[in-house]
Amino acid sequence: MTQAKSGEALLRVDHVSVRFGGLTAVDDVSFTVHEGELLGLIGPNGAGKTTMLRAITGVVRASAGEVFLRGEPLVHLGIDQRVRRGLSLSQQLVKPLRTMTLVENVALAAGFAKTVSPLRSLLHVDSGAEMAVGMEMLARVGIAERAHQLPGTQPLGVLKRLELARALALQPKLFLLDEPLAGLNSQEARAFANTIADIHQSGMTVVLIEHNLGEVMRLCQRLVVLDNGKKIGDGEPRAVMNDPEVQAAYLGGDTLAKSQPEPQSPQETTHA
Amino acid sequence: MDYEISLVTTIGITVMFALSLNLITGFCGQISLGHAAFLGLGAYTSAMLCQAGMPFLLTLPLAMLVAGLLGAVVGLASLRVRADFLAITTMGVGFIFIGVVRQQEWMGGEMGVTGFPGSGLGKTAFMALCLALAALTAGVSLYIQRAWMGRVFKGIAEDEDTMRVLGIDVPRYKLAAFAIGTALAGAAGGLYAQNLKFIGPDSFGFVESVTVLSMVVVGGIGSVFWVVVAAALLSALPGWFQFIGDYKLLVYGGLLFLMMRFSPHGLAGIAARLTQLLKPKGVAGQGAKP
Repeated sequence: MTQAKSGEALLRVDHVSVRFGGLTAVDDVSFTVHEGELLGLIGPNGAGKTTMLRAITGVVRASAGEVFLRGEPLVHLGIDQRVRRGLSLSQQLVKPLRTMTLVENVALAAGFAKTVSPLRSLLHVDSGAEMAVGMEMLARVGIAERAHQLPGTQPLGVLKRLELARALALQPKLFLLDEPLAGLNSQEARAFANTIADIHQSGMTVVLIEHNLGEVMRLCQRLVVLDNGKKIGDGEPRAVMNDPEVQAAYLGGDTLAKSQPEPQSPQETTHA
Repeated sequence: MDYEISLVTTIGITVMFALSLNLITGFCGQISLGHAAFLGLGAYTSAMLCQAGMPFLLTLPLAMLVAGLLGAVVGLASLRVRADFLAITTMGVGFIFIGVVRQQEWMGGEMGVTGFPGSGLGKTAFMALCLALAALTAGVSLYIQRAWMGRVFKGIAEDEDTMRVLGIDVPRYKLAAFAIGTALAGAAGGLYAQNLKFIGPDSFGFVESVTVLSMVVVGGIGSVFWVVVAAALLSALPGWFQFIGDYKLLVYGGLLFLMMRFSPHGLAGIAARLTQLLKPKGVAGQGAKP
């Protein structure tokens, strides 16, 4: 493995544990994400992937350990402060603001410089530039023609792209995607994965949590594998997937050849 | 003419008071069932400073300051609790205000405050002042709605967890909404005291809080224009029809219930539906072509 030194890492997760009462959801996990990388964070259901992501974004507090973004510790910061330092999260369950059109949703995110404090938000009225960014981002994810519609009537695929556009509008340094392909059929999933690949190719560093192994193997340059809250693999995708321990945990002993895109479990396809 | 002047003065003050709650509940989605306490804080601050010899107009900014500062403190509660729990908390704040004022001899206790110096303005001039300040409050509301602050408030009202993920410091925005809204209620309170020349703890009770909330709800949560209309109508009604005055709480409570049940977006929602019906088909909801 060609691991860069941790000092150069964009994100460094350092011995992070998350405990809920007696349950240890994430157990002493460390890994790094480098500038320009597309890292897949994978593992079976209940492995602690989403909890790991939430500990990075601050939705849950790490019980132990530290998370560094470009060397700056994040654990003591709130979600909004971490977002303002360059993290951006595209959530598994899409949450558009339903009283605003698609482009207004994205523009609200794009106005982050004007919403940094109530006073500044009070002194700025014009949103022309942010609406332009909104249109640009919607075009980038391929739903510009729906820009002036409300989210209420849109299919899940569109809402997922809206979520992506909104997260991109924050101009993140690190883009965290939580199961973006969940709930999409294989055709939609492939198209959506291509959009993610395009975003990555434009220079974005991406961490991807995904169950769709086919797309993960196609997209990711490196994988981190969690099982029962512990890290059991970290490295080049094929090498990681051929590791017997990963196969035992993740595939139940099956070989990689059988790792076709599996149907999503029902609780993960629910959406509003 | 005297009756009309006094009615219009009352309407101006009520519109200002309703708009101040609309900022908190309508724009930012934070319900308050104790908003009359801030009207009271402003009224007591202004009346007692007048009594101490300060010119009336100078007491208004101080009434805003006192109400706004305590409003921000109450706003801290909104960081801990949401929705129905916030309603109960703010209701409690309203009761605390009355309970404390009743016990304070220097604030007039049960008897209230009366006989404080007037504004020095004639009835017509005072009416003009109330209308001007109500118009200013409406202007400020419309400005906030158009500014980035209004967009953030709207987002927080709908889904504060999502707003956090978008990098919004939700607690600070909520506190700002409470501070601005309660400060404006404080100014309305100063006018209220000066208008009636008498204030007592019972002038700012739960009934007044429910009354002002029903104005905001009947108008249509968040709509400046319709809240003005509803506040003007509902404050004029008891004067026009004596029997409404006798059954005020029943009428306002009933309206609150009917609106929540049949038109949660109030008069604004009804108006929007009517225009939707009258519009030629196919115009609504059409997206832009690429």
